[in-house]
Amino acid sequence: MNDLNISADQQAMLDRFLTQNKLFFAPDPAIMENHRIEARSPLEEQLLSQSVDRHKINEVRGLVVAALDESNTMIEQMGAAPGAKWGDMTTAIFTASGDLSMIAPHGVGGFAAAVFYPIKFILKYWVDEPTVGVKEGDGFIHNDARYGGIHNTDQSMMMPVFWKGKIVCWLSATIHEGENGSCEPGGMPAAAESKFDEGLKMPPFRVVENFELKRDIVTFLQNSVRDPKLQLEDMKVRLHSVLRLRERVLKVLEEHGEEALISTLRLHIEDVVEEVHRRIRELPDGTTRTVSFADSTLRENALLKLNMAITVKGDRMTVDMRGSSPELLNRSINACQASFKTMLFTGFMQNIWPDLPFTMAVFTPFDFIFDEKSLINGSFDTPQAMSLIPLFKTMTIACIPMAKFNYMLPVRYTAMVAPQYDQPATLIYGGLTQHTEYVGNFCADINGMGQGGRSHRDGEHSVSPPFAAHCDLGEIELMEEDLPIVRLGAFTLAKDRVGFGKQRSGLGYEQIHTYRNSGLWGFMTGCSGSLFSSAQPLFGGYASPTYPLCKVKGTNVFEFLKEQPDGLPLDIVEIMNTQPIPGAQYSTHDMGMTFELAAPGELYMMCQGAGGGYGDVLQRDPDLVIEDIENDLISHATARDIYRIVFDSDTLVIDREGTERLRADERKARIARGKPYDAFVAEWQTEEPPAHLPFFGCWDDTSQVYGVMMGQRMKMDGDKLASMFMLNPKDVQIAALQAEVASLRAAAGG
Amino acid sequence: MKVLVTENLRIDLDRETWECRHCQAELVSARDNYKRGLLVYDRDPREIHKPLLDPAKYARTYSPDPQWCRILEYYCPKCGAMIETEYLPPGHPPVRDIEFDIDALKLQWQDREEVREVPVGEEPPRPRGHSHAGHRH
Repeated sequence: MNDLNISADQQAMLDRFLTQNKLFFAPDPAIMENHRIEARSPLEEQLLSQSVDRHKINEVRGLVVAALDESNTMIEQMGAAPGAKWGDMTTAIFTASGDLSMIAPHGVGGFAAAVFYPIKFILKYWVDEPTVGVKEGDGFIHNDARYGGIHNTDQSMMMPVFWKGKIVCWLSATIHEGENGSCEPGGMPAAAESKFDEGLKMPPFRVVENFELKRDIVTFLQNSVRDPKLQLEDMKVRLHSVLRLRERVLKVLEEHGEEALISTLRLHIEDVVEEVHRRIRELPDGTTRTVSFADSTLRENALLKLNMAITVKGDRMTVDMRGSSPELLNRSINACQASFKTMLFTGFMQNIWPDLPFTMAVFTPFDFIFDEKSLINGSFDTPQAMSLIPLFKTMTIACIPMAKFNYMLPVRYTAMVAPQYDQPATLIYGGLTQHTEYVGNFCADINGMGQGGRSHRDGEHSVSPPFAAHCDLGEIELMEEDLPIVRLGAFTLAKDRVGFGKQRSGLGYEQIHTYRNSGLWGFMTGCSGSLFSSAQPLFGGYASPTYPLCKVKGTNVFEFLKEQPDGLPLDIVEIMNTQPIPGAQYSTHDMGMTFELAAPGELYMMCQGAGGGYGDVLQRDPDLVIEDIENDLISHATARDIYRIVFDSDTLVIDREGTERLRADERKARIARGKPYDAFVAEWQTEEPPAHLPFFGCWDDTSQVYGVMMGQRMKMDGDKLASMFMLNPKDVQIAALQAEVASLRAAAGG
Repeated sequence: MKVLVTENLRIDLDRETWECRHCQAELVSARDNYKRGLLVYDRDPREIHKPLLDPAKYARTYSPDPQWCRILEYYCPKCGAMIETEYLPPGHPPVRDIEFDIDALKLQWQDREEVREVPVGEEPPRPRGHSHAGHRH
């Protein structure tokens, strides 16, 4: 029975049988683990092996980019999702093989590295599948990140462009749609304990025929989500923006010929690959490393490690993520490796090589190494609805190791920059609106995150989210017309919540939300960073502080404001410290909160964070410290205690000699209190993580990974990770309370 | 030939040593972990990120939790410049963050001019000279 030798004919028959009788078209690892551009097609090879008219290429590129810009603007103007209103979207064009060539100039870069996966799936599986096929006028929809994408809130429309009977390119439009029928409103359920709690999970399938939406399928999708109006509106918006893009591309084909378009799309990405090889070659050979910690699963506190080593050798770069946290089978914060690469790419484009064209071809010279079943290489069965927890950290993590490669270069492509704040700090809402419609989505206000300090100047305040440098903010007044939410405080820069450094970070702004005119309304949040600082510093600066979620409950602020219109300071710290509303309950929490219903007039308050600081605080120009005081960004105490500035409190005039003396004293104090590295490590380093920490990831050896399974610490070989299963936090709480009751009873009985 | 590596660190390629850019002190061999040439201090994060909410009233105050997060501050032993900081859980091994191939670095910088002042990087990249017919300008 062990003799399984079969002939070539038998093998061919077996292969044919398996191909024709595929049980389930699951995500294909050959597609999902390949971030590189394809080899040239025979036609591309034929066209590009001849001499190429670069002026023609540039002309066609200009036309295509203009068309992408136009179609992207159409979505921005017409899109119904909050994400579309603030720019969380893009349109894109792909080669016939499905490699992304270009995105709209103002589009979200992350989508440039996400949508090619489902197109390659369609090409591999649906083109020749007799029951599906791909024809002119077809359009495909997709949202499941396991088949490509960032997360399942994003829905794409993908359409092939036929020319003379053959596919010459693909087009797409993607929007962060939000609501998708998940177990919590808004499409990013922190409470999802399995992938079946995630709502719609669309692999790529046809939803458009003859350039029209198929109403039966649209109805199925509308019937699967809380907001059927939104689902229909934005499917139409995506289709029509793609159709407009198609018109423009057909014009290019008519005027310049298919050869020019095909050559342009292909050369655009080949040039990028060549340039990235050149940039890597400029870097020193060697390895730089960093670690990053999320402190929450959004259900409980846990210290989840991302462990990164970047190695440069010649013109290749290897990103080694082994030793990162294992995956969590019943928490929604896992990410698949394609989503991880997508967001790492986004961070490279925002912080390291922002001058390169936005195409995943940037990563073609990169190799990746992951542990199987890690938090950022999550297996198919893990819930991934809040993959943003590791992915937001992924967007900024490379800033530190890449700065250590890049600093020495004679020519810089951008400034060295410390990591931006890296949490999706906004409220997600759900419930019944004043117009009696059920909705669920996110406030789309994550455009207020502070940038990290830069080599030549401070970070910008509230500059953008870390994945899109040029998005907008939905109009608050429009939001308040559609939703019962009222934003009492907004855009206040949060004083002293700064990444201190020679160049300080930018600050993030506060949001104070409440609601009225609804009988059913609630909020959730999905951030970590309430125990462990989120945005890490660079070159000796300090990180961002931690941020809590603050609530004022058991009151109705609108009733209070009727009596005392000026009684509520619109500043979180002041509200929490002075407690101006009598009888209300004031509390602070982690920034990860599963959906909870609120009462009208209760306050939910949070703050978008600061980036990391850059460089030694004692090297900050004293004049800039005083300027920060004048701009109400820092307190006098910070200027004195952190920056060591001597100044007159009333006039803010600096005592320069006194400052020099104070700083010299502090440098001496540092030398006195610091210990030589080897002696320090001998005292500091422990053999394993402290017992009180629910720690996930490697400690001193990247091949040995810790986790917590059903409340018990585990140590595993990195190449044999087990999926962690977490206890229900309510069971943990009940057990603690029962123990307390038992101990009190015993004490009373004794 | 000296190569700038961070805001406060450089490598002297001829002497193969890490140096402090703030005071020019020689720290440790360039083939070694530069941190071994520095002093380290375990900082309670609440001293830097001070509580902004009243700790008597609230558990979360904008300060990191010292049971979860510590700041390792690395100082130049000669001038006290803060060369690096690391936010780590208590007892976590410090990260070997820079490990260059020094022989490859020497070869790479053979044909490069020494950079004494770091470029700002706000201008688009422009080639420094060009090459043709086997020689450079």
